[in-house]
Amino acid sequence: MKISLNWLREYVDVRLPIEELARRITDAVAEVEGWRVIGEMWDPALVRVAKVVAVDPHPNADRLRLATVDTGTGTVQVVCGAPNLAVGQTVAFASEGARLFDGHTGELTTLRLRPIRGVESAGMVLSERELGLSDEHEGILVLPEGTPVGVPLADVLGDVILEVSTWANRADLLGMVGFAREVAALTGGVLREPSRSFSASGPDVNGLVSVSIEAPDLCRRFTASVIEGLRVGPSPAWMQERLRKAGMRPINNVVDITNYVMLETGQPLHAFDYDLVRGKRIVARRARPGERLVTLDGVEREFDGEMLLICDGEGPVGVAGVMGGGNSEVNEGTTRVLLEVANFRAGSIRRTSTLLKLRTEASLRFEKGLGAEMAMYAQQRALHLFETVCGGRIASGIVDVYPGREPPRTIVLEAGRIAQVLGVEVPVEDVRRILGDLGFLVHYVPPAKYSVQVPSWRPDVEIPDDLVEEVGRIYGYERLPATMLRGTLPPPEVNPVMSVRERLRDLAVALGFQEVITYTLTTREKLALVTDPLDAVRRNPLGVVNPVAAQHAYLRTSLRASVLETYATNRRQAEGALRLFEIGFEYLPVEGDLPIERPVLCAVLGGSREGRWHVGGGDALDFFDAKGAVEAMLDALGVTGTFVAAEEYGLLPGHTAKFGAGGEMVGVVGQVHPETAAAFDIDEPVFLFEVWAEDLVRHLPERPPYQPLSRYPAVRMDVAVVVDAGVSAGRVLELARSHRSQGVTTRAELFDEYRGPGVPEGKKSLALRLWFRADDRTLTDDEALKVRQGLLARLAREFGAELRG
Amino acid sequence: MTTGTGDLARLEEEALAELEAAGDEAALERWRAAWLGRQDGRVTVLLRGIREVAPGQRAAYGAAVNALKETLEGRLEERRGALRRAALERLAREGAVDVTLPGRPQALGRLHPITRTLRDCLDAFRAMGFRVAEGPEVEWDRYNFDAARIPEDHPARDMWDTIWVNTLIDGKRRMLLRTHTTPNQIRVMERTPRPPVRVVVPGKCYRQEATDATHEWMLTQIEGLAVDEGVRMSDLKGVLYEWARAMFGFDRRIIFHHSYFPFVEPGVEMAIDCFICRGDGRDCHTCHGTGWIEILGAGMVHPEIIDNAGYDSSRVTGFAFGIGVERVAMLRWGIEDIRHFYSNDLRFLGQF
Repeated sequence: MKISLNWLREYVDVRLPIEELARRITDAVAEVEGWRVIGEMWDPALVRVAKVVAVDPHPNADRLRLATVDTGTGTVQVVCGAPNLAVGQTVAFASEGARLFDGHTGELTTLRLRPIRGVESAGMVLSERELGLSDEHEGILVLPEGTPVGVPLADVLGDVILEVSTWANRADLLGMVGFAREVAALTGGVLREPSRSFSASGPDVNGLVSVSIEAPDLCRRFTASVIEGLRVGPSPAWMQERLRKAGMRPINNVVDITNYVMLETGQPLHAFDYDLVRGKRIVARRARPGERLVTLDGVEREFDGEMLLICDGEGPVGVAGVMGGGNSEVNEGTTRVLLEVANFRAGSIRRTSTLLKLRTEASLRFEKGLGAEMAMYAQQRALHLFETVCGGRIASGIVDVYPGREPPRTIVLEAGRIAQVLGVEVPVEDVRRILGDLGFLVHYVPPAKYSVQVPSWRPDVEIPDDLVEEVGRIYGYERLPATMLRGTLPPPEVNPVMSVRERLRDLAVALGFQEVITYTLTTREKLALVTDPLDAVRRNPLGVVNPVAAQHAYLRTSLRASVLETYATNRRQAEGALRLFEIGFEYLPVEGDLPIERPVLCAVLGGSREGRWHVGGGDALDFFDAKGAVEAMLDALGVTGTFVAAEEYGLLPGHTAKFGAGGEMVGVVGQVHPETAAAFDIDEPVFLFEVWAEDLVRHLPERPPYQPLSRYPAVRMDVAVVVDAGVSAGRVLELARSHRSQGVTTRAELFDEYRGPGVPEGKKSLALRLWFRADDRTLTDDEALKVRQGLLARLAREFGAELRG
Repeated sequence: MTTGTGDLARLEEEALAELEAAGDEAALERWRAAWLGRQDGRVTVLLRGIREVAPGQRAAYGAAVNALKETLEGRLEERRGALRRAALERLAREGAVDVTLPGRPQALGRLHPITRTLRDCLDAFRAMGFRVAEGPEVEWDRYNFDAARIPEDHPARDMWDTIWVNTLIDGKRRMLLRTHTTPNQIRVMERTPRPPVRVVVPGKCYRQEATDATHEWMLTQIEGLAVDEGVRMSDLKGVLYEWARAMFGFDRRIIFHHSYFPFVEPGVEMAIDCFICRGDGRDCHTCHGTGWIEILGAGMVHPEIIDNAGYDSSRVTGFAFGIGVERVAMLRWGIEDIRHFYSNDLRFLGQF
């Protein structure tokens, strides 16, 4: 909302500098987003008020005229092209050197005078656009009659416009009076309310119109008055100026008064051409389903049965609280006006304007919840203006149908509640002053209670804590101390999955993987590239109704697509190894319930390993880099993983393994199928692994499986065994590691796998390094050899392994 | 055969001259074998020859030869040390590497800046006794809106543009992508039969809005909630003050502005003093010349929500806050465009 400081000053004295005022308002009332100083650039010596004393034709141009203007220090002649130029007008006049906006380009320029079509011009009569007031450049700006000639324009038209963003529950702040009340409370000023007096000299209004409310649940109050003897024309210049500064276009005196009073009070009003109201009757009722009306914006609208319409004797003439109908619009010939000022249920207006996609100044105010008393206030204020500004004759009496009348709300506030909520004691006199300034009626009931009557324009204040907020914000939150929470500590939140997720994150980073976070919404097509057609859950992701973009329409059931996409986009601008991972959720649909959000670590790696130099060098990353990372993570978590060859959709058979812990699969590692990779624009071998945090967490040891260190040295031996090529090395290693004999334990690592000359066709040689160790003694060579012999015998039995000669 | 002391002196001279000529470890070894070798080193032979010396002169002879032996052994060690030092000096001088050549590249992983910021925030709150909980991203509209006092047909709903999920359960329950972490206030209190409650709940939220440099449709929030007898707005101020200092520096100041959120009463927005311009930059892009940076929304939990949780709002009070993690990260590192976070360009991610 735009607040003109000059207009605001009509209701309250403002003595603070603008910066200070804006800061105080932001602290306690509503956010001041900024302000604009009007006339800041108008040089007081060069841009002044002048009066047009004569208008003559231009000798050389039909569309130009010569204006003689009185500048206060003498008369000068200027060339002017404005069609609305007329003798007697008070105008804005600029002399050479004035800073102005170019009327055509809108750019800031300095006025340089030169002859126009052969006639000298002593200055320039200005349009609103040239002054930076608006985009209006059709004609010159005409100032209110009686504006003193010769004074700097900044003195009569200069202003500060505050841009204020108010709250969804404060309709009263969308009116100047309501806003001024807050400023008064903040600055210790006194609110001056505008005049609402008028003399009702016309006939009895009840003879002119009748009002009935058929939907009292939606229409809480309807007031109507009739003004006669009007002539529709422009509204006074001061009113137009204020409307413009508030961001509204002046239309005519009747419409301008309704808009002006709305800006003043926050209460929307609507003027009908009385003679177009059929049957001289107004009915507020629900629409009949499918009923239609062409609204003031020329659009035909269709209504449902929950929308409130304002109807005359024959049919709809307005959409309640949103927009009037074109069929009863005030026009040039209007002489009698029926003025509606009503109160509607906020939710109903919001629903209607949302469904019609029609947000108006009126609906924006009604939907925030206006007090019903404001209807009569605004009605009277408008009648005052109709009488004083348009010379209208007001019918005597105001129709007031008020089924939703409620007694004023009274709230009992325990004084202790203020300190209980805020943490600071506010003295009684401050509480009374603050609430009183805001329009509340406060009775202090000693020793410790306030009985507070809520003003009608504050329906948002419902409970004692609402009053605590009123007191707190005006008293000043800067006066709250910064204290620390007291009392007992809450019980712990146990979330082992979250802990393991964070450990996996740290481990992945430690292993050289870069964390990424990708969008959780994707497309079905991308999910189809990485999920099994037989996986009915992952192939049927949850969609969203209103995605921000088509590529974000489905909740992902796999992280693989987005991590591979990220790999591909980064590959385009980086050589060398890429190691990426994300920890996020798969969203797995559940019939009739929220989806399961399954935490998964998904990592992707590929490219050439780091070499000696930062460019090129190393060999390509392969399956065993991926597996090594998995093994390192599991090892760090104290988990012994077992890997088995597996097939998985989107991964290359023969290059894929699942791994388990404690008999349950907890993840997968493999080479992304080259066709799948190609679908993501990746043309190099790329490897992927996933760790399923929820499954893994069930097999985590509570603490690391700690072993005391042996005081005795180990005996180290290397052996090479020949086995069938099909024997899995992992099982050989597993057996070796499990081998123990007479208190001797075996540590085993594989250090070579070899096929080729020296090893028979169809066989392979596995080279193992073995460490034998006893906890209670130093092994002799003989003892170690015996253990080794036992191990070789078991390998021979299990796998047909022979010692390589 | 006897050897006089004059002969010994000549021998010593000869030996030392040869030692001086030995230029490397191998030559030293040859010299040692020739002079001091166990079998037929020349000094060893001399020692062995003591039997042939007249008994009366044996003692003097033995002492003189032993002295010679010790001298040679000592000089050998000196010579060895000198050669080793010379070799190291050569290594340092002639074998010097170009230390400005790049080091061998290492694989270095990093956390995403949002993860880092999130963790730093959570650590600050943990230190103040807050527990960390989680809640679902796909949420019922009841939790996201109605239970948070944001009824349908209320303009407050405009504050959260919602992405709706395309399922409707039992014809009435609607799913959405949570627009804020606020539903966790309700969820945590629902499962806590009795106060105290003191949690922070991090997680992703979603907004149906167009993206630009300061708006992103997927975002990360931290919800904070403390409910107990005696929880005051001044405690909220203290807790957020502590957090602000942990994140933005010990000399930060904070301020509360009046604000409105349906689920709190009173409602405030918190700002920190601008640590970029320190309050005197009229053209400061961070605070727009106001000296204050709006950073989060907060307030006292609405009594109706306290009562709905089964607590007695006349005795039990609480505060809540919601932190936008992206905003904190942007301020922290001076990141100019929020869209960097989820485009995952390694040139961006590699800087944190």
